[in-house]
Amino acid sequence: MNMMTRHGAALKVENCGKTFADGTCALARATLDIAQSETLVLLGPSGCGKTTLLRIVAGLETPDSGGRVLFDGKDLTRQPIEKRNVGMVFQSYALFPNMSVADNIGYGLKLRGLPKTERAARVAELVALTNLGGLEDRRIDQLSGGQRQRVALARAVAIRPSVLLLDEPLTALDAALRERLRGELNDLLRKLGITAIYVTHDQAEAMELGDRIVVMRKGAIAQVGTPREIYFTPANRFVAEFVGAANIIEAPIESGELVLPGGRVPVSGRDAMSRAVAMVRPETIMLADAATAGLAGTVDSVRFAGDRQRIIVRDAASVPLAVDAPNTVNVSAGERVGLSIPPAAIRLLPEED
Amino acid sequence: MSHKSFVWICLLPLAAVTAAFFVLPMARLLVTGAEGPRGLAEYLAILAEPRYRATLLNTVLLAAANTIATLIVATIAGLFLQRHRFPGRAVLVAILTFPLAFPGVVIGFMIILLAGRQGLIGDVSSRLVGDKIVFAYSIYGLFLGYLYFSIPRVILTIMAAAQKLDPSLEEAARSLGAGSWAVLRDVVLPALAPALVASGAIAFATAMGAFGTAFTLATNIDVLPMLIYTEFTLAGNLATSAALSVGLGVMTWLILALARSFTGNSVAAAG
Ligand SMILES: Nc1ncnc2c1ncn2[C@@H]1O[C@H](COP(=O)(O)OP(=O)(O)OP(=O)(O)O)[C@@H](O)[C@H]1O
Ligand SMILES: [Mg+2]
Repeated sequence: MNMMTRHGAALKVENCGKTFADGTCALARATLDIAQSETLVLLGPSGCGKTTLLRIVAGLETPDSGGRVLFDGKDLTRQPIEKRNVGMVFQSYALFPNMSVADNIGYGLKLRGLPKTERAARVAELVALTNLGGLEDRRIDQLSGGQRQRVALARAVAIRPSVLLLDEPLTALDAALRERLRGELNDLLRKLGITAIYVTHDQAEAMELGDRIVVMRKGAIAQVGTPREIYFTPANRFVAEFVGAANIIEAPIESGELVLPGGRVPVSGRDAMSRAVAMVRPETIMLADAATAGLAGTVDSVRFAGDRQRIIVRDAASVPLAVDAPNTVNVSAGERVGLSIPPAAIRLLPEED
Repeated sequence: MSHKSFVWICLLPLAAVTAAFFVLPMARLLVTGAEGPRGLAEYLAILAEPRYRATLLNTVLLAAANTIATLIVATIAGLFLQRHRFPGRAVLVAILTFPLAFPGVVIGFMIILLAGRQGLIGDVSSRLVGDKIVFAYSIYGLFLGYLYFSIPRVILTIMAAAQKLDPSLEEAARSLGAGSWAVLRDVVLPALAPALVASGAIAFATAMGAFGTAFTLATNIDVLPMLIYTEFTLAGNLATSAALSVGLGVMTWLILALARSFTGNSVAAAG
């Protein structure tokens, strides 16, 4: 998609925290820069403060004193949401039940006093863009979940917002539809080239949609990085376990090797450590001959997933190891297997808390 | 016994009660209205006779004004009470809904205490401007009484409806640039429409037929229930009062049906 143009504002969230009236500290002070036309994903478990941060950017929540929100360098901290020109997509979609699809999409334009003909043209453009042709006069309760999601998106981008804010826009849909719409949404965000903040607790969604991902935990930012950085070089154990599948192995390092119950594995970076925490992704571990491999264990179970199979190996490390093997490999429970792990695939994590 | 006949047997008591207390007296009322010296023309008299017509118009206007005033006051108060938490809120809600317990006579009595000859307003005004303001015994007193009567009912309905409003709808409207008025006009009021119609209908019907308050305030206020009373007990004019009663019922029903069909679209859409 090379036709992409840049839209929206560059955002800066500066030192923004949020303590609610009842004393709940939903967000520790955080600073974030979001480039123009970048899609930033806020990822984290339920209750970690994603929505709170999004609402601070939107202007629905004021940050604790000292915090500032800047759009293109302009301080909008004191401006309410209606003055910020932001497009929002809610988890519940929040479509107006007393208006047709077209009226929903055109509502923001009507408030801006756009003449009727221009409004109709812009609505038609968005209807085409979001594949809603033929549904313009429908009432909201006559739409499917996927269609509602697209109306909500069309309504939010109709006003050419400075930033598009999406709070778990796909969570209300079933798994198959979610996957399809995720792809559509990705295409649309690239096509629009608009600055966007996307909240989700689904790591697959985050990796596909995000230019950068902010992983959050208990109201604090755990790591900020591109999907690849987050996946391959997680900053800590929480990020490693939350994003993708990970084997977390605790073991001592002696003369450059992890010392495990089932053998020794060379690591890079450290020579000796009394207690290292290492992360290994299941797809980086390869099955090898049990007799010659440096590390060996016993197959505990095999879960066939179609495109690959996940093999759980016990006795190799202090915890059972998950290994992703090609779907052609033939092993069964109880069998002895050797494991080979390239040193580059082992990432040492800092000690937790 | 088949399922169907079982249902019918269960419905029998309802049918009996409906017939005894609803259909039969209604039919009798209809017949009585036509048994006067003028026959069926008695029904036309409501519209033809200037005095009756004026009273009817008076009553409808009073009830309509009361409904509109009630809806405005109660919507503002209901929304405010639902959305703000402040010390004394529970007490305020309790006070506001207290009149629910009073019959019309007591309400009339309270209006007299407020705006009657020995009333509070008269006292204060005579001391301040030397002029004793008394309006309890007029249509204004009645208006105030009805207002007092219907506001609590409507406030409770509005509060219940406002609690069910989806806050993200309002936030969505604001994100699109809607200020407070636009949010009220495009989101809150359409969502409250069913509650407004339902509670407004009750306020209207109550005001059309309320008798106790009017009777307590004065016997010569020009409203339909009073007219029916005087025709019936004082003039002994059975046919006329029956015809007027039917007229009152039909008129109220007609206006309510009209209001409902008028808001029908938005009600269905908001559902
Ligand atoms: N208005 C409020 N008053 C008090 N506490 C609140 C309020 N809103 C949110 N919280 C609390 O702040 C914390 C963060 O909430 P937030 O909605 O930002 O989480 P989230 O990451 O969006 O979670 P989810 O994935 O479940 O939507 C939670 O512990 C929540 O209970
Ligand atoms: Mg949330």
